Amino acid sequence: MAKSQSSISKDKLMWMYETLVLIRRFEEQAKREADQGRILGTHSAIGEEATPTGICAHLRDDDYVLGNHRSHHHCIAKGVDINEMMAELLGKATGTNKGKGGTMHIADATKGMLGANGVVGSNIPVATGCALSAKVQGKDSVSVVFFGDGASSQGSLHESMNLAAIWNLPVLFVCENNRYAESTPFEYAVAGQSVANRAAGYGMPGVTVDGQNVIEVYEVAGEAVERARKGDGPTLIEAMTYRYHGHFGADNPMGYRTPEEQKYYEDKDCIIAMEQFLVDNGTATKKQLEEIDNDAKARVEKATQFAIDSAYPDPSELLSDVYIKYP
Amino acid sequence: MNQEHRPLTFVQAINEGIRTRMREDASTIVMGIDVAGAAGKADEGFIDHFGGTFSMTKGLIQEFGTSRVLDTPISETGFVGAGVGAAAAGLRPLVDMMFVGFIGVCGDQIFNNMAKMHYMFGGKVNLPITIQAQTAASGGNAAQHSETLYSIFAHFPGLKCVVPSDPYSAKGLQIAAMKDDDPVVVFQSTRLMGVNFDQHVPEDAYELPIGKSRIVRSGDDVTLIGIGTTTRTCIQAAESLAKQGYEAEVVDLLSISPLDEETILSSISKTRKVVIVDEDYPKCSVASELAALSAEKAFDLLDAPPKRVTAPHSSIPYSSVLEQLHFPSVEMVTNACLEVIN
Amino acid sequence: MVSTPVRALTYAQAVNESFHQEFERDPSVILMGEDVAGGAGRDEFEDAWGGVFKLTGGLIAKYGPDRVRDTPISENGFMGAAVGAAATGLRPIADLMFVGFVGVCGDQIFNNMSKMHYMFGGKVNLPLTVITSTGAGVGSAAQHSETLYSIFVHFPGLKCVAPSNPYNAKGLHTAAIRDNDPVIVFNNKLLMGGARGPGTGAGIHVPEDSYEFPIGKADRPREGTDVTLIGISYTTLQCLKAAEILEQKGFSAEVIDLLSLSPLDEDAILSSVKKTRNVVIVDEDYPMCSMASELSALIAEQAFDFLDSPPIRLCAPHASVPYSPVLEAEYIPSPEKIAQSALSILE
Repeated sequence: MAKSQSSISKDKLMWMYETLVLIRRFEEQAKREADQGRILGTHSAIGEEATPTGICAHLRDDDYVLGNHRSHHHCIAKGVDINEMMAELLGKATGTNKGKGGTMHIADATKGMLGANGVVGSNIPVATGCALSAKVQGKDSVSVVFFGDGASSQGSLHESMNLAAIWNLPVLFVCENNRYAESTPFEYAVAGQSVANRAAGYGMPGVTVDGQNVIEVYEVAGEAVERARKGDGPTLIEAMTYRYHGHFGADNPMGYRTPEEQKYYEDKDCIIAMEQFLVDNGTATKKQLEEIDNDAKARVEKATQFAIDSAYPDPSELLSDVYIKYP
Repeated sequence: MNQEHRPLTFVQAINEGIRTRMREDASTIVMGIDVAGAAGKADEGFIDHFGGTFSMTKGLIQEFGTSRVLDTPISETGFVGAGVGAAAAGLRPLVDMMFVGFIGVCGDQIFNNMAKMHYMFGGKVNLPITIQAQTAASGGNAAQHSETLYSIFAHFPGLKCVVPSDPYSAKGLQIAAMKDDDPVVVFQSTRLMGVNFDQHVPEDAYELPIGKSRIVRSGDDVTLIGIGTTTRTCIQAAESLAKQGYEAEVVDLLSISPLDEETILSSISKTRKVVIVDEDYPKCSVASELAALSAEKAFDLLDAPPKRVTAPHSSIPYSSVLEQLHFPSVEMVTNACLEVIN
Repeated sequence: MVSTPVRALTYAQAVNESFHQEFERDPSVILMGEDVAGGAGRDEFEDAWGGVFKLTGGLIAKYGPDRVRDTPISENGFMGAAVGAAATGLRPIADLMFVGFVGVCGDQIFNNMSKMHYMFGGKVNLPLTVITSTGAGVGSAAQHSETLYSIFVHFPGLKCVAPSNPYNAKGLHTAAIRDNDPVIVFNNKLLMGGARGPGTGAGIHVPEDSYEFPIGKADRPREGTDVTLIGISYTTLQCLKAAEILEQKGFSAEVIDLLSLSPLDEDAILSSVKKTRNVVIVDEDYPMCSMASELSALIAEQAFDFLDSPPIRLCAPHASVPYSPVLEAEYIPSPEKIAQSALSILE
């Protein structure tokens, strides 16, 4: 693990560890739910826990996070209630979206999570608008949008970076480069082989970071958030990361990458690394960390039971919330 | 001569149609996200991981190579536009845009270029391009991945639009679309992909003419018009009606633009009642178009108002109990028929 | 009795007045679009355009560049930004210069704007307004002369209105801005005027104070008994002229001005058709799966037994808008054509 972590408070370090573990256990349960046929397979974030954790550690409820189709970890890191999330996955009325959005659209405006989104690149301009809103209203909220290496080929990213730069907006463009867009490798699809380098074309800082190292992410994010809050504008962060499973439930990634490659990345697992770090520098004992993990498992179990016990939406919900009022 | 029963799935039939065209015509190429998959990793032994999100282009890259089967980055405006340009310059591209709800990220290329270039350029440039788009609500894909949107495309002059309803029509329309020198949009229902049709699909190349509907069931009591997925719903409703002593005639629309007015109107002149079943959103839908057409041109023949059975005016919800309410059911169609018959 | 002189504003002036009043009333209202002011970044050229059709002049001088933002040519970018801003406390107006540009921001409108409220279980509101220009007749050719009402109406979650004169233009823009749902306002080029003509406005009184014209309500600018002519925006004017031609031939036409495309004022439409028993629907959009088709289907379904004749749809032809003036002149249904259609069912 990397340098200068002594400046990070113990509370913050422990919060980050708890969050990493909670995401991991939640996503494992979501996968089990899918394997058991209770829900459709989701776009699993297992392996990618560190990036949103390190970033959301700097954020408040009135800061905005917008995600993409693989967003459960963004939601959890931002503080969305996992009971409501699990209920949403099962399509229950008690879900974050009342069962109407599902895995790809989870949102909780009270926590500043303005939604996962199923269309690649679609949320990037929306996040830019949230930043615009904060600026116009004189608030120091920042806006963070997560997207993948695949989305870096979308026009919406370029339009948004340009807008954010010319208007000096408080937005973090965070590319979770997990090296694959479905089955298409990053080396094939991304001209110039670097998403971070694209920032220079828009006159904004672009940083590459090891997305599996939550401390490094924390530090890079800290600078970017501070810059944005001060009114110094946007940043593009490219976090190198890895998803352990396929693009979505049924996809077998061994169809486009080797077991050796998979093992290489699993050996650099962000949770194992953080455990190592916390134990090595005396912040926590192995036993304490185990307790946290058990607690996470218990919380996920409780969330699952809550979801199972919850009622489905009433059929009248099919037609409600199309508008606020019509006419 | 008795051809041995050769049942293909909906997807296999489409795959065969595409393969047929690629063998017949060297200028035919396929482009889209994961139309093969694992792009660029052939020397590591990874090839054709997906063969298309729904496997419709499986096996093509092995047969035709990377210069004719092109995996694209996630850049719909980029690659749909490139398809238009390639078509204008001598190729015959099949572009897979995946879910029809993605129209928003390549709309300009389709509505402003693909639909208009031939006209704007005084008829002097042809765009023999085919777009395929997947439709329909299934399996909790939620609001952005479950749409149908026929009428959005049909509205634009310059585009032809076809909707297969079973493996036989899927292969025939795929070949016809890819042979057509005009831009054609093929809508492929995800709800048909898992159906066990057990339907014979000839091995040789054949086309279903664009602009023609077909009668899949004869009857005298009511005309039921189905589109793609809903043709099956209509057939099932017809069976239910038969048990109650009514014979429905089921018209499988197949071609949305151009419409086969002759087949539709001659059926209505026989039955004097029409029920149109469309899983797309209701307002300004193909169902509305067909109802308006019926009212306008079969006014004196109709004993009852044209009836539309559609999805409701709402987005598609995620929760399965709500999602299944969004699609026009056999029961809804049967009841609509009974209403117009009585 | 003292009669109040008619306060005649042009369409563009009426809309501009609505914007000024709403900007004044509600500090969360902002405006974004290409050249909505113009001369961006250069003080000496501030407000160079005030919008392509002059709808937004004078706003930047009064309310400043924080609230009135010229954008780069990035429809996907700023339309999406309008969605995000609306979700987080602002009340944006976004200008899609020509409706035919919807293809470059369709995702933001069809997938986000129309769906977010629903997908998020009703927990996020998007109180935004998109204004856009429509219509042929000014020689702008295929990509800048479209109307496309039905493309937007098709998507649940969007409200759609199309004003027809300065009075309802001011009222509908005000209503749209105040509405907490996303509203699309279609402004016809020939009505707005500009480079190719003065637009419309003569003789219609526009009150100075602020008022809303309710979304969901049609208007009936002419009463009659023999046939209902339904117009949308510019074609309402065509229908009114056609009604005069019909009067000279001894027929009394009732004109319904649709104004609200989604939601529709079904009561007004159906009660008129049930009275006259004949209907001609005039829509300058492409014919297939158009508003005209929707109205015809609705009327056939709900007023079938009242009709003496089939509902007639008069639309643009199933062709792109041609450039040559000789061809373009045939494109929008003319008053003569409308009257001819009506006569074909009345005589």
